[in-house]
Amino acid sequence: MTYFFQLVVSGIVVGSIYALAAIGFVLIYKSSRVLNIAHGQIIAAGAYITYALTVWCQIPIYISFVLSMIVTFFLAMSVERIFLRRLIGEPIISVIMVTIGLMSIIDGLIYLTPFGSENFSFPAFLPTEPVVFAGIYISYTQIVGVIITFLLIGIFSWFFKKSTVGISMRAVSDDQMASMSIGISVPRVFGLAWACAGLTAAAAGGIIGNITGLNFETLHAFGIIVFPVVILGGLDSLPGAVAAGIIMGLIQQFASGYLDGNFGLNGTANLLPYIILLVILLFKPHGLFGTHEIERV
Amino acid sequence: MPNLKVSDVTLTFGGLHALSGVNMDVKAGLITSIIGPNGAGKTSLLNCISGFYHPTSGEIHYNGQRLTKSSPHQVSKIGIARAFQNLELFRGLSVLDNLMLARHQNLSYGLLHALAFFGKASRVEAENREHVEKIIDFMELEAYRKQTVGNLSYGVQKSVEVARALTLAPQMILLDEPMAGMNIEEKEDMVRFIFDIKNEWEITVILVEHDLGVVMDISDQIYVLDFGEVIGSGDAEQVASNPKVIEAYIGEE
Repeated sequence: MTYFFQLVVSGIVVGSIYALAAIGFVLIYKSSRVLNIAHGQIIAAGAYITYALTVWCQIPIYISFVLSMIVTFFLAMSVERIFLRRLIGEPIISVIMVTIGLMSIIDGLIYLTPFGSENFSFPAFLPTEPVVFAGIYISYTQIVGVIITFLLIGIFSWFFKKSTVGISMRAVSDDQMASMSIGISVPRVFGLAWACAGLTAAAAGGIIGNITGLNFETLHAFGIIVFPVVILGGLDSLPGAVAAGIIMGLIQQFASGYLDGNFGLNGTANLLPYIILLVILLFKPHGLFGTHEIERV
Repeated sequence: MPNLKVSDVTLTFGGLHALSGVNMDVKAGLITSIIGPNGAGKTSLLNCISGFYHPTSGEIHYNGQRLTKSSPHQVSKIGIARAFQNLELFRGLSVLDNLMLARHQNLSYGLLHALAFFGKASRVEAENREHVEKIIDFMELEAYRKQTVGNLSYGVQKSVEVARALTLAPQMILLDEPMAGMNIEEKEDMVRFIFDIKNEWEITVILVEHDLGVVMDISDQIYVLDFGEVIGSGDAEQVASNPKVIEAYIGEE
């Protein structure tokens, strides 16, 4: 039983970080209908910026974590301004091709730095002794990571529900023409969506970097798992992304805890999320929480 | 004094001339109608004025201010509101929320006030609410205030479109076929609303409409478009007796 709860705890830890990573992806899709293939690369960039600021510039990690979120905020905003702004109104497939190009460019840039080939790990800034609660082990980094994740998710939910900017972002995702006609600048909203996506991606990158260490392969895989998460959650739903993130985390932990190594199975943790995704999509093609288009004929 | 001046506006999409050399003077405080057969360029002209399209050549000025290259949100902030031909409403929201959202884009209080919902914030919010209620009252939408827009009948949704444009407290309002798809009663109501918008609210109206009876009744000034060109203008009588207009509508004898 302890083993079960141990898996639940680590599932929630991993899952909440998936959720945080997925939020940025959903934000961009929700406001501008663009599938940002390069989201994983932005997450990796956020993680590396946090590391560079902490270790190379000797800035305390609390500050460098926030700094890297700010840097990525503006970085993502400029990416939108430079590459995607001019594609507003173009067929969506061209926009997706541009984000694929972006992915290659960022990959290339990361391979130019030491981060592309070497592994790094953050200096421990929290006690390394894990907390033991009723036989369940959980590290301080995981606790802090989960707290920050839920804090950010909370702030973002509040921002979208209540703030004028958040409401205008939702308005744009609902009806662009109507939003423009009531005085909302749609390009500015797109820029902001990218900026917020960058910010959450950097946070996710920073947290994952602290928990697993900085390995480009791991961060890459992390960027890819975001896709089943958002598709499961329904692409345009923030609560969906959070729920799907945690479901994904739990599935993976259970798979690696119960299936791998037993019954002659291995690597199910990487496979099972996709199988379950397929099964769910068979019954709910819009994902768990996605907008179901109903047209009056 | 001309309020809105469209000078020599041409709009092309590739080889297609949607508008060619259109001139129009819209005078403040009047109802100006744009009529013409399907595909004549009426909505394209409205799109140019409200910034959704930018003319290929020519200029648009509003009270001396250049609108030619403005984007839609800038035009709406200048005081030109617009109701769409095909409904563009936030379908998941209630009527009240649709209007409040439009009103919210002009908030003048800062974040601190908003967080505490104190002082200026609560005052402005109360004023906004009052303004929106006045418009709901005027457009006779009281019965639908809390209903989700997507569930309302087509005619009522059209009224909500007009109401949302009014919520922005504009000086000029562009109405694109506000009566299309309405039954007779709803049409009569809409005509009355348009009259009141001009007379009571003192808002300049530009109206695109297919119902010629209505147009002839309420317009102070009419422009007739055909194949992207202005083929006639003037008051109802002048337009009705213009041979070119008769030709465009009925065909040659």
